[in-house]
Order: sequence, then C-alpha cells, then structure tokens
Amino acid sequence: MNQPDDTRNGLTVEHLCIRLGGEVLVDLDAHIAPGHILTIMGPSGSGKSTLLSVIIGTTAPAFDVSGRILLDGTDISRLPPQKRRVGILFQDDMLFPHLSIGANLAFGLPPGIRNRAQRRARVVEALADIGLEGFEDRDPATLSGGQRARVALMRMLLAEPRALLLDEPFSGLDAALRDHIRELVFTLARERQLPVLLVTHDEADARAAKGERVDLATPG
Amino acid sequence: MTRLHQDRSLLRHAPLVMLGAMFIPVMAGLAGTFLPAIGYFPALGGDSLSPGPILDLVRWPGFFKAGALSITTGVGVTLLSLAIVILFTAAWQGTRLFSAAERLLSPLLSVPHAAAAFGVAFLLAPSGWLARVMSPWATGWTTPPDVLIPQDPWGLTMMAGLVAKEVPFLLLMTIAALGQTESIKSRTIAQSLGYGRTWAWMTVVLPRVYEQIRLPVYAVLAYAMSVVDVAIILGPNAPGTLSAQVVSWMSDADLALRYRASAGALAQLGLVGGTLILWRLMELSVGCAARRWAYLGRRMQRDRVLRHAALLGAAAPILAVLIGLASLLVWSFAGFWSYPDVLPLSFTWTTWLRHASDLRDPIMETVRIGAMAVGISLALTIITLEAEQRFNLKLTTRRLGLLYAPLLVPQVAFLVGLQTLALESGLDAGTAAVTVAHIVFVLPYVFLSIAGPYRAWDARYATISAAMGAGTQRTLWKIRLPMLLGPLLVAAAIGFAVSVGQYLPTLLVGAGRVQTLTTEAVALASGGDRRVIGVFALTQTLAAAVPFMAAIALPRFFWRNRRALQHR
Repeated sequence: MNQPDDTRNGLTVEHLCIRLGGEVLVDLDAHIAPGHILTIMGPSGSGKSTLLSVIIGTTAPAFDVSGRILLDGTDISRLPPQKRRVGILFQDDMLFPHLSIGANLAFGLPPGIRNRAQRRARVVEALADIGLEGFEDRDPATLSGGQRARVALMRMLLAEPRALLLDEPFSGLDAALRDHIRELVFTLARERQLPVLLVTHDEADARAAKGERVDLATPG
Repeated sequence: MTRLHQDRSLLRHAPLVMLGAMFIPVMAGLAGTFLPAIGYFPALGGDSLSPGPILDLVRWPGFFKAGALSITTGVGVTLLSLAIVILFTAAWQGTRLFSAAERLLSPLLSVPHAAAAFGVAFLLAPSGWLARVMSPWATGWTTPPDVLIPQDPWGLTMMAGLVAKEVPFLLLMTIAALGQTESIKSRTIAQSLGYGRTWAWMTVVLPRVYEQIRLPVYAVLAYAMSVVDVAIILGPNAPGTLSAQVVSWMSDADLALRYRASAGALAQLGLVGGTLILWRLMELSVGCAARRWAYLGRRMQRDRVLRHAALLGAAAPILAVLIGLASLLVWSFAGFWSYPDVLPLSFTWTTWLRHASDLRDPIMETVRIGAMAVGISLALTIITLEAEQRFNLKLTTRRLGLLYAPLLVPQVAFLVGLQTLALESGLDAGTAAVTVAHIVFVLPYVFLSIAGPYRAWDARYATISAAMGAGTQRTLWKIRLPMLLGPLLVAAAIGFAVSVGQYLPTLLVGAGRVQTLTTEAVALASGGDRRVIGVFALTQTLAAAVPFMAAIALPRFFWRNRRALQHR
C-alpha cells in the first residue's frame, strides 16, 4: 500500500478520468469528508454506474481509467474490491435469496467476531435497530420492499465500510417509503461518519442530501 | 491506476483445459483410426503404409449397401425429426398443449437410447403390443406373422426408434432458441397481416430459430448416421449399418480385421462429413426457395389439416417412448403370456429376483463412471465459467461451436482409434479410460445446460458480497453456487443420463471388459428374452431418471422456506 500522501479523511476521487474507446465518459476531481454526501446527477448513459464500478473495483477492462481513489488518505485504486472497505447499495436490495434475514446480516459481520453467540447477539441488535425484532429466521422473499431495503442497508453497515456508495437506491421504492428510507440511510451514514457518494437522477434525492452536487453531462 | 485486480493464476487457462478434455481424446482417437486404415499398425506387424485396408473394405460385399443405409437413415431421421419439430412449434407455440409437451421433454430426454429402442421394438414387433391390440379381431392373426420387424432391411424401424428420441432433443433446443427471439410478437404481427398461424411462424420466426439450432441439427445427423446401439437393437442384420459392422470387426477374434475396422471407421467419418456438406447446401437452397416463395405474399390461411398433422407427428414419438417403457415394465413382470393376449395371464417377480445379482455389478460400474464423468465435467465447467467472468474471457459464438464439435464427429471414428492406441501403448483400458471417453460427451451437455443460468446470475450479488469484504472464493461457495443449486443439479443429472446412455465409448474404450447397464442390455438384444431385456432396459432407464427426479426434488426440499428460489 502506498504512503498516505493526502492526509484528509474521507473519500477522495483524484483527477479521475474514465474513457471508453478514446471518448471521455467521466472526468471528476472531488473530495467527500466523513459524514458528508456528494450527489452525482446525470441521465442514464452518462457513466454514473461506471464511476461507481471504478471506486468499488469492478470495472470492465474495456474502460480506460486514469487517476486515483483515496480512502482516508490511502490509495485503494489497486486493491481488489473485497479489500477496499467501500460499501454499496443498489436500486434492488440484493438480499441473498437463499439465506435467512439473520444469515444475510451475519454475512456482513466481520469475521473477527468469532464467537457464534456474539455474532448472533450483533444480528439481533442490528434487527432491533431497524425495527425488525424477531426476523432472524425469515425468508427474505416474505418481507415488504421497505423492510428489505432496511435489511440491505444494515447488512452493508455491519461490514463496517469506511465509505458508502449509493446507486439510485431509492428509485425502486414507492413515494411514501422513499422519504423514510432515504432519511434512515443518511442518518445512519452520518452517525457513522461515512463519506457518501450518491448517484441519482431524482432531484428530490439531491435536495435531501443537502451536500455538494455534480452534474454529469449527457454523452456525445 | 489499474483496472480490476488480476491474479495471474492457472484459472486463466481454464477454458483451454476444458476444451482440451474434449478435444485431446477425439484428436488422438482420430489419429489412432487413421494410421491403421492406411496400413500402419505396429502392434499387429503393420509398419508400412498401404492402401490394403481401404481396398479390403471396399471389396467387402456389404460396403455400398451399408454406406447407403447410413446416409438414408441419417438424412431420413434428421429430416423427419426436424419437420415434426418445426411444424409442431409453428402450429402450437403459445398454447397450453405446447406447454404440456414442454414439461414432458426433460424426462423423455433422460430415457437412454437403448431403452427407448427396446421399447419401440416391443411395440412394433409382430408379437408386440400394437399387433396384440389389433389381433385377432382386426388382423386375423393367432400367431405372430413372419415379418422382419424390427431389423427390416430398409432400416425403417431403426429410423422410427431414432426419431422418437431426436424429436424431444430438437424440440428442447428449439424452445431454448425461442427464448432469445421475440417469437410470439413476430408471429402475431404476421398474423395480423393476414398470414395463417403456421406459415406466419415459418416465415418470420423459423429463419432466426434455425440459425440457433443448426449445430444441434448437425449433431442429430451425425449421430443418426453412425449410431450403433440402436442399430443393433432395431437395425438390419447382414449387412448391418456401417458403424455396427465396424464394431463387430473390432470385437472379432481375428485381429487382422482391425485394419478393415479402422478403414470402415474412417469411411464413416468421410460419409458424415460429406453428408453434412450436402445438408448445408440443401439448407441454402431451401432458404433461397422459401424467400422467393414468401415474396409472393401467399397467406396460407387454411392450415387446420396441417396443424393436426403436426400434432399427430409430435405425439407419435412421445407416445411411442412412453408406451414402449410401459411395455418393458409389463414384460419384466410377465408370467405366462400367450399370443395375442394384450396382457400376461399373471404377473411375477421371478425375472427381477433371478437377475438381481446380475444387476449389482453393472449398476455399480454405471454409477462409478457416471459420477466421475459428471464430477469432472461439472468442475471444469464451473472453473471455466468463473475464469470467463473474472477475466472477461467471453466464449464467443464461434468457440461455442467448438463445444459441439465432438458431437459432430461420428463416435465410431475416434473410439476405434482410442482402442487401437490402448493396444499399441499396452495401457489397460479400464474404468478410468472409459470415464475419459464419457467426459467427451458429458462435458458439452453439462456446459450447455449450466452456462445460461450461470451467466444470467446477477453479478451485483458478487459486488455486494465483495463490498462486504468477502473474497472471490467465499462469494463462489457461499453465494453463487448455492443460488444456482437447482440449475447445477439439473446439469449434473443431464450429464449423468448422458453417461448412462453411452454404449460405444464403454464398449470400445473398455475393450469389452467394462460392463455397464447399457452394454449388458444391448448384449441381450440378440438373445431375445424379453423378460430379461425388460429388467435390464428398465434398470438402465431408472439409472438415468432417478438423478433427474432428485435434481428436481432436492432444491424444493432445501429451499422449501425460500420463495425466491422456487418455481424455477
């Protein structure tokens, strides 16, 4: 790992330029301080998802990427996704359909907590935090959309990420639920002092985030 | 900044290893066939090249008839099966009847060729069920008439038996291809322009579908031209088909006949190659003629008769296999059964009990070979698909054709050579060698069956998993494979059924010493004891079908509390 050369905490996107076939898709230089939210707005096809895949570490080889990603001052650009400690939430909750709610949450828990009873206690506590007491053994398919969204958020937070990416995570929810889940995500992320990068095309998301905002241009 | 973290592991070469597992045995076998065919066979003292074996083959009196039989059978079976599948799909796709037929396909496909052939024989023989049901009231027969069925000299019964097995295969391939075309929408548009339902489908959907089922069609053609087990059971004798004749030369005590056998295997390869080229030319000219015809804009609205003919054409093979199996069952339990009674006077366990001990070893051998072939094929397939995804090594359509290549080479052409190589090298041809030969046929089916669901798996699950700190191995074992349990088990069951059904690889590579349910069942064909044949053919069918049932039942059990993974 490189020496910290940028001592700022938070997520730094340094001179990032993503090209596809010679054409510039995304050109971004930004810093997100802990507990702050940067909103990226842009129509579909503007490279929002590609930007997230670069930060998370799953870029397809077709893309040509220059620049660096720093997390709490450390360059994570060359790390595999599982070593980056960058969490992500998608529009779909992506709960593992073959695991119970409890097992889904336990998948996120760090392996350092070895004791089975302790892990169980953390899962029970986490479920209580999101108002789903007693849901440990439930089939994810039997939960409502709002319940699933809360489990997905909690599962990711249990993995103790140091930054959080949001890929239009609220657009699959109906209007009433959307405000509630958005509030929950932002609150929990601030409590944990996470830098948050929110990608959306919904103005309401951007307003609620109350942070800095970058608009990506339409391609071509 | 780099892109995805890439480790330079062996995994990168996984696709090559997989293709190697299929191609090395085929290539080595073809070489082992080719050399003796031109006189080179050191183990038998042949150390100079000569046209002797080929001349010897051509001088064999049955040669031209056997070659012609191979062509008529292959082309006849393929044309008929394809016509039935196309007409049935054109006329009935989107109806409840079509969905009902779709559900029958997988169980039908798992029925081994030999068992289906015995069933068809029991149905069509002069003393078979069909004749019994019609006698004596319609036919006047009180003793079985002296007609050479099965084994008629024109190979018609053999063709019937093959069509019964190839129609379900081609139908399944067609349905898979339909998933990738907007078939019903296209047909509806053509219908709204006034075209009859069947013709509408054939003009706007068929060209796209045929593009995708072309390789399976070629596989059917190559298979039907050179099949051996079905030919032994249903095909003509003296002369038999070319491939069956080659096999009998190979098992002759006179080792010198192996030169002629190799030349025959080479001739079979040439025949299949030539016929495939002719078939391709025919495709082109039929396509051209059909385009000219479609340009005239004839609506062909009156297709009622055609639709019902198509239904009959699809029902006949399906019923033949099902009733044939029932007839095997009745014979295996039959006590005294006089002609022309439809059912035996009594039912008894005698035959089953008497042969229970004969079944044990072949069952063990069948399971051993099948389990090993499936295990290795499944591992190679998953490693290849993982490598493909992790390193973005997309297997292109062109390379997908490679998967079909071993299925386009007539089995006899390279299996004869594999036996020769074993003889030359002094290696003992045992269970392990037979397993290697089975993998050549099991692997493509396992790969083709699992690749779709594997690639369709939402990669965002892997991203989420990695974002939570899970490595690629953990994601594979804890998330991806469990989520794909259903398709994986089905692929394993298909592979196992393929292995159970293999006759020629077991016989030739095992040099007659590896005895599975299939080799034992086919060996009974000449004896003609229907009760024993019933026992062996049914056991063979069960060996293929039980894993299939397990593949359907197990995920339902494991995921009984996981709604999202049911009803796949």
